[in-house]
Amino acid sequence: MGEEKTVAIKKIQASGQMRKIMSDYFYALNRASEEGHPKVAWCTSVGPAELLLSLGFVVYYPENHGAMLGSTRTANTYIPAASAIGYSPDICSYLTSDIGAYIKKETPLSRAYEGVCSVPKPDVLVFNTNQCRDVQDWFNWYSRELKVPVLGLSTCRGIGKIRADHLRSIVDQIEDMIPPLEKISGQAFDIDRLRSVVALSKECTELWKRVLETNMSSPAPMSFFDAIIQMGPAVVLRGSQAAVDYYKVLLKELEDRAVQKDGAVEGERFRLYWDGMPIWGKLRDLAEFFISLRTAVVVSTYCNSWIFDGFDPADPLMSMARAYTEIFIVRDENTKERSIEQMADKYEVDGILFHDAKTCPNNSNNRYGMPERLTQRLGIPTLVINGDLNDLRCYSEEQAKTNIEAFIEQLEA
Amino acid sequence: MERGLFVGLDIGASMTKAIVIDRERNTLGQGVVFSGADFQAAIRKALKKAQALAGLKNIEGSLIVATGYGRRSVPFAHSTRTEISCHARGSYHFFPRAHSLVDIGGQDSKVIKMDDRGNRIAFKMNRKCAAGTGAFLEEIANRLKVKVGRLNELAEKATKDVSIGSYCTVFTATEILTKIREKVDLKDIVRGVFQSVIQRIMEMDTLEGEVVMTGGVAAHNPFLVRMFEEKIGRKIFVPPLPQFTGAYGAALYALEAKGG
Repeated sequence: MGEEKTVAIKKIQASGQMRKIMSDYFYALNRASEEGHPKVAWCTSVGPAELLLSLGFVVYYPENHGAMLGSTRTANTYIPAASAIGYSPDICSYLTSDIGAYIKKETPLSRAYEGVCSVPKPDVLVFNTNQCRDVQDWFNWYSRELKVPVLGLSTCRGIGKIRADHLRSIVDQIEDMIPPLEKISGQAFDIDRLRSVVALSKECTELWKRVLETNMSSPAPMSFFDAIIQMGPAVVLRGSQAAVDYYKVLLKELEDRAVQKDGAVEGERFRLYWDGMPIWGKLRDLAEFFISLRTAVVVSTYCNSWIFDGFDPADPLMSMARAYTEIFIVRDENTKERSIEQMADKYEVDGILFHDAKTCPNNSNNRYGMPERLTQRLGIPTLVINGDLNDLRCYSEEQAKTNIEAFIEQLEA
Repeated sequence: MERGLFVGLDIGASMTKAIVIDRERNTLGQGVVFSGADFQAAIRKALKKAQALAGLKNIEGSLIVATGYGRRSVPFAHSTRTEISCHARGSYHFFPRAHSLVDIGGQDSKVIKMDDRGNRIAFKMNRKCAAGTGAFLEEIANRLKVKVGRLNELAEKATKDVSIGSYCTVFTATEILTKIREKVDLKDIVRGVFQSVIQRIMEMDTLEGEVVMTGGVAAHNPFLVRMFEEKIGRKIFVPPLPQFTGAYGAALYALEAKGG
């Protein structure tokens, strides 16, 4: 029966080290912002960060800030401010909460890091539309507001097989960015420096992949709710030695736990796939809820989206184009479906949970019949829960939990 | 001390239902009251009604399973199950074959599919929206200034088809205001509202094989069930006491936990 048991989220020991490198990162950004050197670039999560790092920028990721606004449950304080200036509550709630927080001159960084009063002031804004079109509108708003140049990559979306012209287009666009970025950073482009950064990004992504793959063990040593916190360095510190060093430590801990059968969920009975965005404001709550149901969410589209197999220091620009284009969200429905199918098989899941995020259609893969098709093909049940990444007005606690609990009861039968 | 009895408690968003059954699965008594803001009071009242109907002094010693949104608010329940499992279990008891179950409750609607052994294959609940639920009918009745209990007789007397197309309760209310301004007959409007509920349910999932309907809306609006039958072109089965199907399923779980 779907009884709630005593719950305790197991600690990941490496997390202390993660907090330290994240803290160092945010203080470095703050210093650069205050001192005007090195230059600060804002970049979308799978934008050309490697190029920016090679040109000496410190790189800040507004999407990461959006996730912080969600996880601190402050997003709903700020979304109305963005709505009031014309940004619909139906569009990306990272965008609306981030712009709203800017309007109100507040940031969770101030509470997390003493002495940090605001998000770092950008010298340039660089986006890639591979995630969605919203990032372009988001960065353009800041460009107008802060009178800072904005540069962007336009990625073809809905791609099945990646063709040479798709990649050539991205390489051309990256090359076009180099002269204006050199001017802003004051540093000349150096292909060897780029190779070094790409090599570090590659190492980081390979380690992150191995971290996630420890969950192929049963019981899984890490839940999805741990993983989305642990991916912080892969998001904001890729291309750095700090991230590489961190994931070596984390990997060792998780491999040891896998060997010792020390699962994230005590008495793991069921294993699930989570598709779609996290519900940032409900991470702990949902983590505890799944533990109480002795169910481990072992694999997700979201965490796997930070695996970039394409990086190759021997051919940095082309490989960056490949890495940025190969990601799940850029691909067509068939490729996405195959990817979930393979993951479900690889991680031996009992069911797939789709989070239909109201303000993030690009990350909600349930809307074109995929759950039904996967149920038919894989012979495992699927569940759709309604919610949102940041806007908790779109999330009904009781309804979501009843659905999840009923889903587990279905697996029990 | 009443031993050998089994109690199902369904604390729904609108109504709290209690049912007492014996080892032979016979219903001895049932009670339904508004859930209101005090779940404990509602549970007490519903149980009291069920006990009275069953001719029982108390239900001490009975095994109790709680379900519904308030299932965790029953400290004396021996266990809990979701209303999705309980409705399916209750429905399969009366119709022990593969079927699609449509339950329209106060605040949610469900489509549950079962195989011929009663195993749940899939289920869907309405999205975070009142359209297609009892709350929708209550709101519209309130707007029309008619008692919700009169909707069935009004719809039954309708003579024309009126289309109510809006997806949301508030928009529907506005749409109805337009119909009132256009002097559309109240009875036809109510029939249109029933049609709208049916449409929302049919958008939730495909309804394969035999269809069973449960819940308060089916219990109090047999004409809506008839309209649904016309819409899908086949008979819809309704169990006895359709509003208590979830509670009955919970009581069955209690019995089965005891090895019954």
